Amino acid sequence: MKKFIYTIKDEVGIHARPAGLLVKEAKKYSSKIVLHKDGKTAEAGKLMAVMGLGVKCGQTVEVEIVGEDEEAAYEAMKDFFEKNL
Amino acid sequence: MRQFTGKSVYKGIVLGKVSVLRKQDDQVRRKKIEDAEAEIKKVEAATDKAKEQLQKLYEKALKEVGEANAAIFEVHQMMLEDDDYLDSIYNMIRTQLVNASYVVAVTGDNFAQMFAGMDDDYMKARAADIKDISNRLIRILEGSGEAELSSGQPSIIVADDLSPSETVQMDKDKILALVTVHGSTNSHTAILARTMNIPALIGVPLNLEEIQDGMTAVVDGFKGEVTFEPDEELCAQTRIKVEEEQEKRCLLESLKGQESITADGRKVHLYANIGSVSDVGYVLENDAEGIGLFRSEFLYLGRDSFPTEEEQFHAYKQVAQTMAGKKVIIRTLDIGADKQVDYFNLGKEDNPAMGYRAIRICLKQPDIFKAQLRALLRAAVFGNISIMYPMITSEEEVEKIYEIVGAVENELDEQGIPYRHPEQGVMIETPAAVMVSDELAGMVDFFSIGTNDLTQYTLAIDRQNEKLDDFYNPHHKAVLRMIRLVVENAHKHGKWAGICGELGADLSLTKEFVCMGVDELSVAPSMVLKIRKAIRDTDTSAK
Repeated sequence: MKKFIYTIKDEVGIHARPAGLLVKEAKKYSSKIVLHKDGKTAEAGKLMAVMGLGVKCGQTVEVEIVGEDEEAAYEAMKDFFEKNL
Repeated sequence: MRQFTGKSVYKGIVLGKVSVLRKQDDQVRRKKIEDAEAEIKKVEAATDKAKEQLQKLYEKALKEVGEANAAIFEVHQMMLEDDDYLDSIYNMIRTQLVNASYVVAVTGDNFAQMFAGMDDDYMKARAADIKDISNRLIRILEGSGEAELSSGQPSIIVADDLSPSETVQMDKDKILALVTVHGSTNSHTAILARTMNIPALIGVPLNLEEIQDGMTAVVDGFKGEVTFEPDEELCAQTRIKVEEEQEKRCLLESLKGQESITADGRKVHLYANIGSVSDVGYVLENDAEGIGLFRSEFLYLGRDSFPTEEEQFHAYKQVAQTMAGKKVIIRTLDIGADKQVDYFNLGKEDNPAMGYRAIRICLKQPDIFKAQLRALLRAAVFGNISIMYPMITSEEEVEKIYEIVGAVENELDEQGIPYRHPEQGVMIETPAAVMVSDELAGMVDFFSIGTNDLTQYTLAIDRQNEKLDDFYNPHHKAVLRMIRLVVENAHKHGKWAGICGELGADLSLTKEFVCMGVDELSVAPSMVLKIRKAIRDTDTSAK
């Protein structure tokens, strides 16, 4: 298992569009990718669940990755968050 | 004459005939079915069809309202691929053996409620997106058409609410204005109305049953009023206003893409002032040639701890990239005086306007300053960023700033972090800076005159104090002479000088400033085209 913590810098938080892009990226990997925020969780491959977390600018999410390709998925997710959120 | 008020999302005025968008009743009946898998196949086919329709809508929106607004239809397509949403539909069909349309309606409501219950206005407004995609699926499943407008004439569209797809599907030439009973300022309808420049009122407490197609109405986005069956007097007034607005708009639109150049060929750089990353849209919309004053305070206000270097870097980089090579002048933090932030622990002052603020905080607490400088220097790699220092009174302050900038650059070098050394300028907003502007000009790349503080310090008049209104003359000779002196001193050293305070947007002074040799004016985005016209109408050779 790999995980990292990220603080959202995008002004409007994880809004519809980046959530959509995140889902696309997450679906490229077979690993299970889960976002945790304040005790709530959402699978990164599920758009409405991700939006449902309601993550705002300045809030922190923990991203947990478990699976065969977790190394690659970890790098890709980290990169995605830094570039888009 | 019946008048209603609502929230105006686009200021404009129009007189025309009403066309009511009555949605077909999307009430679907619950029916028992036998074959769950066949019903699921229907949903799958409907989903594919819906995605196809959305792709077409996306392409239409892309052409008409731009990439940022079209993106929602991409999101709609992804929502239709959402596992939770689809699983919920499939499960309900399998376990309850009921028809697809009913299941989609129930699932849509459930998910919409989840969003409507969130504590974030943006997410609340997403409930409309879920309903929109669910209704699309139901229409396909039921084989019914989209809600249609009865009138082929350009008209004022009155509706209960408009989904984003309804708004985009409408023929733009047929919409004079939008009036809806529901909707929020965050809704796509509101955003699209602004992009399409259509007067629009939302949240108007109407009973649609009482409104008929073909009624005459006036929509006044300036007042936020809609008037059905207006009397002759209001109609006449409106016609005059419509004409005035049209003339104004034509004139301004024709100035987009034009150079800000005087009749005798002097070029003035016309930039915009902004206070947050999201304002960049207005800068581009109004065709400003750059950002002359980007107030960095927004990063520090409305929170309870200092923004990190990364957070700042991200914001500056985003603006620099969006402006794609155009100049972006970022002013370092100007906290203090009327802008107080608790976590700075500034303490109470008897005379805050002349107190511990702006560059004075930065020089006394270099850690705060260094974090911002690091972020700025790093972001400068991604665009045309310049840094501007506020509240300067002496050469010594500039020397100290340069020492700190030098230290920051050494740190970045040691850490191997890429950065660029940007242009650096100072705000001229104290009489002291005016008097030593000759010396300062030798040290910096540019001057930007902050006329608000300069006027207040020069005239010794507190602008918040109403009792002083009679003494306050914004065009006081003293201020204008100071501006002239600053421009002359800048030019003596081959540097440029601009104005970023309110006087820069004062149309009655544009000609005088241009004749003085002011090189740059930075104004609110909404003033850019008006100032451009004033510049183009100026002939500096004619006295």
